[in-house]
Amino acid sequence: MSFYFVIIGTKDNPLYEAEFGTWKQGGDGVARFRDEQRHLNQFIAHSSLDLLEELQWAGTGGSMYLKCIERFAGTAGGGSGGVVGVAGGVNGAGAGGVWVSVFLTAGNIKFVLLHDTRADEPIRQFFYDVYELYTKTLMNPFYSVDMEVRSAVFDGRVRAGVKKYL
Amino acid sequence: MERSNTDSFRHSQYLPFSPTTSSHPSTPLAQKHASLPIPTPTTASSLSGSASTLRYSQSRKTIYDRHLNRSKGAELSKASFAFLFGEMVQYAQKRVSGIQDLEKKLNAHGYSVGQRLLELLVWREGRSGKRETRVLGILQFITNTLWRAIYNKPADALEKSRDHEDEYMISDNDPMVNTYISVPKEMNQLNCAAFQAGIIEAVLDSCMFPARVTAHSVPNETWPGKTVFLIKFEQVVLDREAEFIS
Repeated sequence: MSFYFVIIGTKDNPLYEAEFGTWKQGGDGVARFRDEQRHLNQFIAHSSLDLLEELQWAGTGGSMYLKCIERFAGTAGGGSGGVVGVAGGVNGAGAGGVWVSVFLTAGNIKFVLLHDTRADEPIRQFFYDVYELYTKTLMNPFYSVDMEVRSAVFDGRVRAGVKKYL
Repeated sequence: MERSNTDSFRHSQYLPFSPTTSSHPSTPLAQKHASLPIPTPTTASSLSGSASTLRYSQSRKTIYDRHLNRSKGAELSKASFAFLFGEMVQYAQKRVSGIQDLEKKLNAHGYSVGQRLLELLVWREGRSGKRETRVLGILQFITNTLWRAIYNKPADALEKSRDHEDEYMISDNDPMVNTYISVPKEMNQLNCAAFQAGIIEAVLDSCMFPARVTAHSVPNETWPGKTVFLIKFEQVVLDREAEFIS
């Protein structure tokens, strides 16, 4: 199981990006994306923002965690337009496809996670951990909203969260 | 000799600004200074060499090691705030040409506070925290949660303008930030609660309710310092609200 995680700012600009693999069931935490898939991840994350913008104001009751808002499937997918076609083409027939889960903070910062199997509760816990880290980053008077997060400590803590939950 | 003096002076000027040492709560200020390496007034290269050690505090604590809930419910000294705020107003006043400019500067100060407060307060609500999607919801968040967090009391009134669809008013009978601010007669247009207006504006903007917020003095007999925060939403907010209703 591999994950692609990106934090997106209010102007749809990426603030932080990481790839990692699962630690559960004897995983080693290394992402196993094929080379062509790695480019696609960014593309999928970006295209899911459109859907997110709609869902954000729809009847979700203002919840912050929007689980599996979209699935970029292999052959079984379809119906969501061209993007599915592209993803399907690279994944090949029968490939698992990618789920997109999103966490929206109060200040409209988006945490986007691409994952290939469903795991709602662990992902929620992971997101809340990252939310705490992000809030702490924001408490730094030298950091302002929409700035890139370059801290090595932040990166380390996010990866620790992955090890704990995913 | 003179040269080296200025060097060491400059050096010590930088020391307290190390982001990781500056606000560690348990270290008294004097001790912090004592534990810092004493700068040797030699060449410029040694200065830049020691600069790299400034990044970490003695305890190696980063901002990520601190608890966000530590200051929850804690009270701050009003006097120290009044001093700081007074200085902020003076500092801004020296750098502007008119009252409007001054209010804009104070607003900008408040803005960066509001952006941070919003995330912090919502984070503190934990699992029950949510994004506000309706105008009334976010206004109630401001008048209750936000006001309580800063001033330990809810705002005194929240009203909707009768004449204008897009205008709301939050009133505070005696804004805490203005407690020790006295405005000279010739500047009676000025209301330093523009700082507070900036906080409100930041919260609204961050939650995707773009608005302009201004502070106005509306004195009456009981409350000479009464301030009304006028919130004027942009058209997008009204359009979205109309969609919710339909």
